[in-house]
Amino acid sequence: MKRHTLTVLIPVLTGALMIGLWYAARMTVIAEDQRFLLPAPDAILRALFEKGPMLWSATVSTATGAFLGFGAAVALGFACALVLSLSPFVRAGFYPYLMVLQLTPIIVVAPILILWVGPGLKSVVIITFLICFFPLVVNTTQGLVSTDRNLIELFRMGRASRWQEIFLLRVPAALPYFFTGLRIAATLAPIGAIVGDAYAGNAAGGQGGLGFLTIIFSAQFQIPALFATAAVSCLLGFIFAGAVVGLSWLALHQWHDSYQRKDL
Amino acid sequence: MIEPPPVVELKDVAKRFGHRPPVLAGITLSAQAGDFISLIGPSGCGKSTLLRLIADLSPVSQGQLLVGGRPPAQATGELAFVFQEPTLLPWLTLRHNVEVLLRLRQLPANQRRARVDEALSLVRLEAFATQYPRQLSGGQKMRASLARALTLEPALLLLDEPFGALDEMTRDHLNEELLAIRERQRWTAFFVTHSVAEAVFLSTRIVIMAANPGRIAHEIPIDLPYPRTLETRLSPAYQKQVANISRLLRSVETTSPVS
Repeated sequence: MKRHTLTVLIPVLTGALMIGLWYAARMTVIAEDQRFLLPAPDAILRALFEKGPMLWSATVSTATGAFLGFGAAVALGFACALVLSLSPFVRAGFYPYLMVLQLTPIIVVAPILILWVGPGLKSVVIITFLICFFPLVVNTTQGLVSTDRNLIELFRMGRASRWQEIFLLRVPAALPYFFTGLRIAATLAPIGAIVGDAYAGNAAGGQGGLGFLTIIFSAQFQIPALFATAAVSCLLGFIFAGAVVGLSWLALHQWHDSYQRKDL
Repeated sequence: MIEPPPVVELKDVAKRFGHRPPVLAGITLSAQAGDFISLIGPSGCGKSTLLRLIADLSPVSQGQLLVGGRPPAQATGELAFVFQEPTLLPWLTLRHNVEVLLRLRQLPANQRRARVDEALSLVRLEAFATQYPRQLSGGQKMRASLARALTLEPALLLLDEPFGALDEMTRDHLNEELLAIRERQRWTAFFVTHSVAEAVFLSTRIVIMAANPGRIAHEIPIDLPYPRTLETRLSPAYQKQVANISRLLRSVETTSPVS
């Protein structure tokens, strides 16, 4: 059998196996009066269609928040990394405060944000931004300061200007690191948007996102719908991560060793 | 008639880093246009440091160094440096790598194209122009690095053990190619190497250095006729020179205080 046929077939088989185990566990391990806690996959699928329109508009709302927050984190994170890469003193001055940003739990930040900018998309975007920002800045900065010393010497010998050194050398050399940060941030962005939405999503009169929906479903004890929401959230995460993996491939596959074919 | 100043002139040059004992002391040496001078000597004799002084990568501590009759910082005419490693930018194709120094100079695109084409043909890499460094062999990468230096159309070419990491056959080929290029582009060269055979094959003159402090122990002119080919390597005159230089080098190594 061809290799790529196998790489498709194997995950499909493991998926089928897990669904089978799911049904089996439900029927054997779990007591009958507890079964409602683990809905069967077909019940979840039915909930997915039943709540389809609601889930769709919530997904659009969350995806918008995630995308805007992620985009802002990429743009500002990159700019911030450029500044931090300028000198060890700048890094020493700002790194501790970046850590503060990362270490403050979102649960603590969310109420403050709601007081400042009000609930709704704005808060969701800011919370997503806060979650994505740190891995982007740290990875990109590390990349910008890890340029091969020999290449820097080549540029100095070639009388490169400061700008030429940054944009023709340091930035392209940092791309693999940047994409590592981007991958981490892309998996965090939908989570950040959903968490943000759960705290701050329900704008007065507006439609909430997946986080808000989760709270509603759990309050109403709609367990299959909760599982359906989880599945949709997961799918959103896959789309974000997949898009970044694609971008990374476009930017790096021709030259970077991480894309080197094994048989070379 | 006024003689042009030597391409490089060192008078009693010393180099020290901080308060440590000098790395180089009492270096007096001059290179005329067309000279191909190899620097050879035990590790730590300051060969590479000497090259870096000439390239203005580091200032002299004492004595006088003139490049084209001027201090190195004000030297006119192009100087090109070939590093020990190929030092290619992995995200650029071979062609763009060869072009990179000209881009730093912001030369117009048509001039860049002409010079890059010329340099690629000198090192016979035209067919590989669109490949990325990771697709090239060690010898091809070193050729690309040489081509990049040649795009500057240098008057002075400084090579710091450029072929040290290559296998002997590739090295021999590149030596012959380097001399062939020299027939077409008349630069003056300083060449750091650990290989006596390579030094004799390439040079008009060999400078044998001793360590602690780095100093010139012997200066030997090599008067084998150019163009030098495989026949040169097989000639008794060449082999006599190799034997002679090897003996001198050995005597320098054994008399240098151990560092």
